[in-house]
Amino acid sequence: MSGNSYYPRKLHSLLGVIPLGLFILEHALTNYSAFEGGKEGFLDSVHGLHSLPLIFFLELFVIWLPILFHGVYGLYLAFTSDLNVGRFNYGRNWAFALQRITGVITFIFVIWHFWQTRMQVALGNTTYDDLGNHMHDIVTQPVYFIIYFIAVLAAVFHFANGLWAFLVSWGITVGPRAQRVSSRICMGIFVIVSVLFLLSLFAFRGDEFASASAAIDTLRLG
Amino acid sequence: MADTATAKRTVKFIITRRERPDASPYTEEFDIPYRPNMNVISALMEIQRNPVKSDGTKTTPVVWESNCLEEVCGACSMVINGKPRQACSALIDKLEQPIRVEPMSTFPVVRDLVINRERMFQALKRVKAWIPIDGTYDLGPGPRMAETKRQWAYELSKCMTCGVCLEACPNVNDRSSFIGPAPISQVRLFNAHPTGEMNAHERLEALMTDGGIEGCGNSQNCVRSCPKGIPLTTSIAAINKDTTKHMFKRWLGM
Ligand code: SF4
Ligand code: FES
Repeated sequence: MSGNSYYPRKLHSLLGVIPLGLFILEHALTNYSAFEGGKEGFLDSVHGLHSLPLIFFLELFVIWLPILFHGVYGLYLAFTSDLNVGRFNYGRNWAFALQRITGVITFIFVIWHFWQTRMQVALGNTTYDDLGNHMHDIVTQPVYFIIYFIAVLAAVFHFANGLWAFLVSWGITVGPRAQRVSSRICMGIFVIVSVLFLLSLFAFRGDEFASASAAIDTLRLG
Repeated sequence: MADTATAKRTVKFIITRRERPDASPYTEEFDIPYRPNMNVISALMEIQRNPVKSDGTKTTPVVWESNCLEEVCGACSMVINGKPRQACSALIDKLEQPIRVEPMSTFPVVRDLVINRERMFQALKRVKAWIPIDGTYDLGPGPRMAETKRQWAYELSKCMTCGVCLEACPNVNDRSSFIGPAPISQVRLFNAHPTGEMNAHERLEALMTDGGIEGCGNSQNCVRSCPKGIPLTTSIAAINKDTTKHMFKRWLGM
């Protein structure tokens, strides 16, 4: 028993919603523009985001550092929890267990996904303009597609259920009825945001996002 | 016992035992003659009278703790068929057989089914779960409590520190210092009391230290396991609200 875990735990809970929850929503909407507006729509969204002022610092303080803290501290929290759904087979206990499992999946996925996308832009292997093609190349590979499919569901569940827990941990939903209603709303959020992400995953698989070089090849052939 | 033509009805028990706190656990099976309305304690008493295992060999009597025999002291808490509960209110007729009995592993096992629940009482001390009225002169009557408040506070006062909610909680284990649900609910009880309220901040601050209320992970097993039906998750959320408010007040210097 050393130090005080009250404040780090509170910060962990807060960061999960602001900014990370908001970032997940932003990410879902940006991706969804690939489904709704196709290549053009997605490109516009990406440009819109990257024309924000001080974009590097926004990414650093609103995304990367919060994810790092939330993820590392979250791994520690998952380690200090037992999973006892075998003995206590209750819905909320399952949500508790899944929150930890999906948290670990999401953190690993996010590191890998960051490496595969943002880092490749930083290394000069792709550009923001080519991100759509880049994603097409990734998700047309069945294994990657399955990984993305599972990871997206895990991340969104972690966000939606985490939002429910946030409302309890900050004393906003106190009674059983409030917690029941908020759990329905959060599961609604889970479904809606998951659909947005999954639709965009399917959209990225479309021919429209096939890489420019491949397109030129087909032109030459044609 | 004389042999009879008709087989006597028996109840099968599988009991997890251990000689000493540091000894490794083992199980023993018993077939206990059935009597109507018997409960797990009366079955254990039967083993005490006649400590013979299912295979006919003699063993040492199984050790357990009990006092009130009416589910108000919490001493007889143990894990029966996978669920932590009081042995004195566990009726044999309502249990699936074989009946598996184990000590509550969240607590240090002293011997067989006897556990040391000291951490429960330490926790009550830590959160100051009492009302300080001692002094050198009579302070006179305290403020009155509203009847509506008294009604829900009375429910919280039913806690018998049995430890079942800690056993059910996935966040109470060796890797975490979480204080557990029961003492958090007791903070709500004593902070609801009109005189106890005068020291509310001390109890909240005790829960805002390491191993305090932040250890709750919202699995909500506690509220489903409490034999007294105490609304533990409501208490925890209410204290979450109070500690959050207290945190901001402290920051703002109010
Ligand atoms: S809150 Fe309920 S389960 Fe927990 S110690 Fe008190 S009586 Fe037992
Ligand atoms: S003996 Fe008191 S609760 Fe069972």
